Amino acid sequence: MKASFAFRIWVSLLGWGVALAMFFPVAWMVLTSFKTEIDAVATPPLLFFHPTLENYAQVNQLGDYAGAVWNSIAISFGSTALGIALAMPAAYAMAFFPNRWTKDLLLWILSTKMMPAVGVLMPIYLISKSTGLLDTKTGLIAIMTLANLPIIVWMLYTFFKEIPGDIIEASRMDGAGALAQIRIVLLPLAGPGIASTGLLAVILSWNEAFWSLNLTAVHAAPLTAFIVAFSSPQGLFWAKLSAASTLAVAPILVFGWMTQRQLVRGLTFGAVK
Amino acid sequence: MSATQTLVPHRNAKLMRTWPLLTPVVFVLLVWAIVPLVMTLWFSFQRYNLVDPTITGFAGVDNYKFLLEDPAMLAALFNEVVLVGSVLAITIVFGVAFAILFDQEFWGRSVARLLVIAPFFVMPTVSALIWKNLLMNPVSGVFAWITTKLGFGAIDWFTNYPMAGIVIIVAWQWIPFATLILLTAMQSLDREQMEAARMDAARGPQLLRFVILPHLARPISILLMIETIFLLAVFAEIFITTSGGPGDATTTLTYLIYLRALVNFDVGGASAGGVLAIILANIIAFFLVRTIARNVDI
Repeated sequence: MKASFAFRIWVSLLGWGVALAMFFPVAWMVLTSFKTEIDAVATPPLLFFHPTLENYAQVNQLGDYAGAVWNSIAISFGSTALGIALAMPAAYAMAFFPNRWTKDLLLWILSTKMMPAVGVLMPIYLISKSTGLLDTKTGLIAIMTLANLPIIVWMLYTFFKEIPGDIIEASRMDGAGALAQIRIVLLPLAGPGIASTGLLAVILSWNEAFWSLNLTAVHAAPLTAFIVAFSSPQGLFWAKLSAASTLAVAPILVFGWMTQRQLVRGLTFGAVK
Repeated sequence: MSATQTLVPHRNAKLMRTWPLLTPVVFVLLVWAIVPLVMTLWFSFQRYNLVDPTITGFAGVDNYKFLLEDPAMLAALFNEVVLVGSVLAITIVFGVAFAILFDQEFWGRSVARLLVIAPFFVMPTVSALIWKNLLMNPVSGVFAWITTKLGFGAIDWFTNYPMAGIVIIVAWQWIPFATLILLTAMQSLDREQMEAARMDAARGPQLLRFVILPHLARPISILLMIETIFLLAVFAEIFITTSGGPGDATTTLTYLIYLRALVNFDVGGASAGGVLAIILANIIAFFLVRTIARNVDI
């Protein structure tokens, strides 16, 4: 059906109205990050002002911002790499060599994701404390790996399922072992799928707030926790807060935009395609 | 045996030993799923407080009794239901509307879509801080300025309407997720079926009721369950905006357990609450896993 011109104009206006309204808080944060602290709290709110980069230059003066960035990178990429390394052989086995337990196994893996974090807060806190893993990157990497593992396994599994089994079989006939099959056949074919699984896992652990807030203090605080800490003094730090937040959010927003379609697959466990 | 063979794409599958490949994942997830759960159960029957080592011993069901008789508990359950229920309702309504809207062709649609889904990728602590300090602040916030212009005066959200404030923030984060999933589902709606319905002079509301909503029923039910699992766990938004207050106006079950655990260090009480949270989440999880099991061909 060819929509009428007038209809298209109305839909465009409505669509853009909705888009801008939803994006407004993010846009306002970015705008505020270029204001002076005085402009940031001006009434009426300023849409036009002399932009300054001062907040970005000073972001590190409010604490160890660079340290928090490094913690976020180490935790999210570390846990993702570990998660994929663990999940890849399992997803490969279940996708190409299913047996009568495969479905139950997959559903059990999925069910481990349903455990509410707060339900096991006390034991995890106490275990972390007694093993000296409280407020360490290692501790948080371990938790994020385990928390995201079910999603990683499922996503990899659905991507692997799309590869014709014959290709794997052929390479097996040629004498390739499991690891060689993964390296020579699977990686090139499922590369994009593995990449988007990795991106989603990075996004999830970068933005994770429950464990980050409760298990870190000074040393291992990633950006999610760090930004809370430096907003607590009720001073006029909102322009700096906005600059710090903008930097923390920007890379993940780009990742999110890149991986939006696969995200549906990953977070609905393949049930919505 | 024959059923197995139709599932198995390779004749020699049985020759492939898969357990070495599966063991690492199964082992770590087994430990992750069982050890903390057993510990929570164990602690929930103990007198155990980290700040008072004189409190020891077996508590029987005292922690549960205390928990269930605590008026804060009832309030927390009520708040949890209000928060989760409101956000679910808002995200489904807006999600369906936005999915239909962004399924239409219009100028710059792909860019507009990116803007709509953006909030989902903003870390929860940053979302809460932006809304609290830049938008909902009663003195310098954008909303205060707008409501004053409109003649309502400045609203101090987190003092007067704390739960509504949190619901707005959380809904803003989850509408993009609902939109994205329902939009994906919309795109699998058969265009010819839509056309046929249109030819039969089905107008907007009829199209919605007889074609679009039935098609979206399954994705919506999946969405409801997944969102519920995540929304029961909402923490950072409350932690940052109201810390559960004023009074216990925004203390949900999750937040109450956190307070018992890491503010009062009441291991026994927090664990009893934890068991309750696990049971609640598992009721939803049961239906979610069952639905996914039906929908995914393995």
